[in-house]
Amino acid sequence: MESRLRIFLLKLVCTLVLAGILHGCSYLRVDDAPNDDTDPVISPELERRTITEADIDSEDFEVGAFVGVMSIEDFGSNVVYGARGAYHITEDFFAEAAIGRTKAGDTSFETLSGGAQVLTDSQRKLTYYNLSLGYNILPGEAFIGKGHAFNSALYLIAGVGNTEFADDSHFTVNVGAGYRFLVNDGVALHVDFRDHIFKSDLLGNNKTTHNLEGTAGISFFF
Amino acid sequence: MRLFAALLVLVQCLFSRMVLAEEQYFTVVVAEPYLELHTGPGRGYPVFHVVDRGDEIEVIKRHTDWFKVRTARGKKGWAKRADMQQTLTTTGEPTQFANAGFDDFSQRRWEGGILAGDFDGGDLISAYVSFAMTQNLAIELSASQMFGDFSDAVIGTVNLVAQPFPEWRLSPFLSLGTGFIYTDPNVTLIDESDRTEQISSVGMGVRWYLTRRFLLRAEYKNHVIFQNKDDNQEINEWKAGFAFFF
Repeated sequence: MESRLRIFLLKLVCTLVLAGILHGCSYLRVDDAPNDDTDPVISPELERRTITEADIDSEDFEVGAFVGVMSIEDFGSNVVYGARGAYHITEDFFAEAAIGRTKAGDTSFETLSGGAQVLTDSQRKLTYYNLSLGYNILPGEAFIGKGHAFNSALYLIAGVGNTEFADDSHFTVNVGAGYRFLVNDGVALHVDFRDHIFKSDLLGNNKTTHNLEGTAGISFFF
Repeated sequence: MRLFAALLVLVQCLFSRMVLAEEQYFTVVVAEPYLELHTGPGRGYPVFHVVDRGDEIEVIKRHTDWFKVRTARGKKGWAKRADMQQTLTTTGEPTQFANAGFDDFSQRRWEGGILAGDFDGGDLISAYVSFAMTQNLAIELSASQMFGDFSDAVIGTVNLVAQPFPEWRLSPFLSLGTGFIYTDPNVTLIDESDRTEQISSVGMGVRWYLTRRFLLRAEYKNHVIFQNKDDNQEINEWKAGFAFFF
């Protein structure tokens, strides 16, 4: 009786062990399967019919701020500050929108005459916005020391915009050049020189004025 | 000591989370004999590394038509779209990355642009955003600023733009629009005051697909301003500029 029970228990244990082994094998087989699949079947002649739209972080937009000096023709130079946004259309071209603000100083007439004022204080505020197209004419790398290389580009830029000055809007053409230095893929430092050209009749006759601006800025890609 | 251990566990957790985050990058397999990695996202940047056929690379980000990738050995570099197009997914399917070619020009959804020109003798700056409802029909929002001899104006319009031949490289279009015009007479004219009026327009123009996601655009519009006076004012507008689609 006792031996029969023992045999029964042994059988039970054997069955369980066997079942366990088989189960383990099936797991192994499941594990093996994807390993086989990851070996890519490479056939360059394969017809390109499957489209997988990969969700890849695209960093073509750039926003930033800048500060510098702007000279307003006849009104001296003053601090200018503003914001800038750009969209990189291709590796060569980018579209840029910028807004900037500065304040006019005194004309030489005002300085010499003593008290006479051509403009009131609020009229001396100058605000501009512009829409421009830039071209990366000299893309390259800048080296700092032996072990560091940074991407950079010298770009030419031109555009149109509006300058609000002395209670009047002026159609403004801007041309210039700048240097973009990429600290890493996401952050860039800028140095930018621009000529803002608009017609003004503020001092009697209507003339074309050149308003030079030099700025330094930082921008972020996203 | 316990605090230090806790900190260590925390750092490990953070690190393992970072590893997890890194694992989420899209992975492709090089199918051509080799894939060149450049040091920067541009054709002029030198090739510093070559990935062999069959090697897996992770796609970290994209900048215009360049992809930043990382090899299994941790080398990071930039590969161009045309080369990435020749890779396979880990399951062996050919990959297809969003293209910015001529095919996409006729399939485009969003378009934005900047134009400058002439509005009844005054200088004009204009910016627009357009959404294509079908290949032939798009709805467009446009904002313009005009600088005239006697007055300045701000114009905002909604336009319906029909493009009968979307598959042409030089593709003409017709437009129909309405909106408002805010006129601000120059300070020297005393008897005029600021005013806002309704404006409607009919126009025609042409788009010229240049390269990648870049196009030129020129158009003519005939505007009618519905004035409070007896007569409506007719105005001709010419403008040209550049646009891009995405």
